[in-house]
Amino acid sequence: MLKIFRFYFFDLIRSRWTVLYALFYLLLTSALLLLSPNLSKVIISLMNIVLFLVPLIASMLGIMYFYSSRDFIELLLAQPLRRSTIFFGQYLSIVGSLGLSLLLGIGIPFLLYGILSSAEIWNYLVLLGTGLMLTFIFSGIAFWIALKHENRIKGFGLMILCWLFFAVIYDGLFLLGLSWFNDYPLEKFALGASLFNPIDLSRILILLKLDIAALMGFTGAVFSKFLGSGLGMLISMASLLLWVGFPIWRIRAISLKKDF
Amino acid sequence: MTKKKLLLILCGLSLPLQSMFAARLEVCPSCSYQTIHSALENASDGDQIIIKSGLYREGNIQVTKSVHLLGEGWPVLDGEGQTEILTITARHVLIEGLEIRNVGNSYIEDRAGIRLRNTRFCTIRNNRLVNTFFGIYLEHSADCVISGNEVLGEALEENSSGNAIHCWYCQRLTIRDNQVYRHRDGIYFEFVDNSQIFGNTSKDNLRYGLHFMFSNDDYYYENRFIQNGAGVAVMFSKCIDMDHNIFASNWGRASYGLLLKELTDTDIRNNSFRENTIGIYVEGCSRIDYHHNEFKQNGWALKMSGGCLDNHLQENNFIGNSFDLSTLASAGTENTFDNNYWSEYSGYDLDHNGEGDIPYLPMKLFNQIVQQTPEALILLRSLFIDLLNFSEKVSPVFTPENIRDLHPKMNPYTLNIRS
Repeated sequence: MLKIFRFYFFDLIRSRWTVLYALFYLLLTSALLLLSPNLSKVIISLMNIVLFLVPLIASMLGIMYFYSSRDFIELLLAQPLRRSTIFFGQYLSIVGSLGLSLLLGIGIPFLLYGILSSAEIWNYLVLLGTGLMLTFIFSGIAFWIALKHENRIKGFGLMILCWLFFAVIYDGLFLLGLSWFNDYPLEKFALGASLFNPIDLSRILILLKLDIAALMGFTGAVFSKFLGSGLGMLISMASLLLWVGFPIWRIRAISLKKDF
Repeated sequence: MTKKKLLLILCGLSLPLQSMFAARLEVCPSCSYQTIHSALENASDGDQIIIKSGLYREGNIQVTKSVHLLGEGWPVLDGEGQTEILTITARHVLIEGLEIRNVGNSYIEDRAGIRLRNTRFCTIRNNRLVNTFFGIYLEHSADCVISGNEVLGEALEENSSGNAIHCWYCQRLTIRDNQVYRHRDGIYFEFVDNSQIFGNTSKDNLRYGLHFMFSNDDYYYENRFIQNGAGVAVMFSKCIDMDHNIFASNWGRASYGLLLKELTDTDIRNNSFRENTIGIYVEGCSRIDYHHNEFKQNGWALKMSGGCLDNHLQENNFIGNSFDLSTLASAGTENTFDNNYWSEYSGYDLDHNGEGDIPYLPMKLFNQIVQQTPEALILLRSLFIDLLNFSEKVSPVFTPENIRDLHPKMNPYTLNIRS
C-alpha cells in the first residue's frame, strides 16, 4: 500500500492542479494577512473561503483524478495486489496531496506572521483542522461516487449536486425549518441539524471559537455550552469522523465487490 | 444679578478668608490627636485636619463641620466590613488623599465609603476606595466635585453589590477623572440634573458603566466605558448630551455599548462604539441626533425597537459590523438615515461626488430573518445566507425599502474621535 501511496502521491504533487491549489492559498492568505492587521478578521475571511472552496476542490479533483487514472487502476488490478490496498493507497494519496497543499498554502504565511506566539493560535488550528477534515470528507465522497458510477457525466453531476446540497441547499432547508417551527424551542433542533452537515458543523466550530457566540443570545449559549463541554466536543468530533468514515466504508464495500 | 449668583460669589470670597484663619490639626499615633474622631471634635469650621499615614479603625466618622480632611502618605481608614466610614453632612468639606476600605456588604442598608447627605460645595478628590460596597454616595446634595478618585470594588453578583459613585436627588455635580472598577454600576444617577461627567474610566462593572434614571440636562464626555455589562444606560431622561466617549468591548449575551430607553431630545456625537455585542440599543426614544460617531466591529451597530420617533443618523461611520441595523419596517418612515459611510455598501459613484449613486439598505434580508427567528443566527456567514442577501439586494422584495440611506458615502469620514 505504501508503494502505491507513494507512487500516486508523487504523481499528484507534481501535477499542475495541486501546485496551483497550494499557490492560490499561499497568495490569498498572504494578501489577507498583509491587508488586514486584525488576525481574527483574517481567520473569518479565510474561513468563508475555506468552507466554500475546500469541499468544492476536493470533490472536483477527487473525481477527476479517479476517472483519469482508471486505466492505471485496471493495470494494478491485474497484479497480485489486494483491492483494498489499491483503493486506499489512491484515496490516501489524494487526501494527502490536497491536505498538504492546504497546510502549506495557509500554514506558511501564518507561520511567517508569527501565529505560534499569538493568542489566536487555537482559532487558527480549528480552521486548519476543519479544513483538513473537509478535504478528507469530500475526497471520500468523490471517490465513492466515482467508483459507483462508470458514467463520467453522471458522476460529475452527482458530485456537483452533492457539494451544492451541503454548501447551499441544506442551509436553505434548515432555514425553512427554523422559520416554519418558529413557535417551538429550536435550539436542540438546530444543534442536531448542524451535526448532519459537515460544512455547517465546521463553520459553527470556527465561529464559536471566534466569540461570535455572544451574538446568538440564548441559542449561542446552548451551542457554546454543548460544543464547549467535553461531551459536545466528543460528539462533534465523532460526527466529523463519521463523515470521514462513511465514504471510506462505502469505498471499501464497493471496491471489494465491483466487477471492473 | 440674581440672588443665587451673589451667594456663589460670596461663598467663593469666604473660602480664602476661612483658610487664613484655619488651624491645622494633625492626626497620627504620636501626634496631639491620635484619632480622627478626637480631631473632629476639637475642630471648628474651616480647619484642616491632616491625617498622617497609618491604619485607622474608627468605625463610622460623622463630618458635621466644614473641615478639610487631608491624607498624607495614604492613611488607611478601615471599616473592617462592619460600617459605613465617612458620613458628611456639613458644607464645604474637602476630602483628599485617603484610602478607605472594607465597608462590607449589607442587604439592609446602603453603606458607603464616603456619604454626602444634604450638603453643598463639597469636594472629594484623589482618594482610593477599595471594597467599599457603595463607594461615594451622594444624596440630596448639590454643587459637589468628585474628581480623581479610584474606586475598586469586588462585586461578584448584581444583587449583593453597590455602585462606585451613586448620586440620588442631586444638582450641578461635577464628576471627573475617576476610575471606577468592578461594581454593580460604575456611576449611577437618579434624579440628578445639570451635572457633568467627564474623563472617567468605567471598567468591568457588572451592570452598567454609567446609569441615568430620571435625570435631565446632564452632559457626559471623554469617558471610557470598557468591558461592562453595558457601557451606558440612559433611561427615562431628557437632554443627556454625549460626546467623545468610547464604548468598547462590552461583549456578552446581553451587552450593549449604549442602551437608550425613553430618552428624548439628545445629541450623540463623536463617540466610538467598538466591539460591542450591540453598539446602541434604542427603545422608545424620540428626537435624538446621532452624528459623527464611529461604529466598528460590533455585532449589531444599532438595534432600534418600537416606539422610536425622529431619530436621525447622519454622517456616521459603520465599519465591519456583523449587522449594521436591526429594526422594524415601520421605523423607516419616522427615522432617517442619511449621508453615512457603510463599509458594506457596494454601490458605485459615476459622477465622483463622493456619494454612492444607489441607496444603501442597511436592513438586509438576513437581519430581518434573525429578528423573527433568532435561532437562524446559526447560519451566519454561510454561503446560502450570502446568496440570499445578494439576490434580495438585487431586487428587494421582503426588506423594507423606506429604511435606506439615499446618500451613502464612498469613503469613511475622518472623525474627531479619541483613541
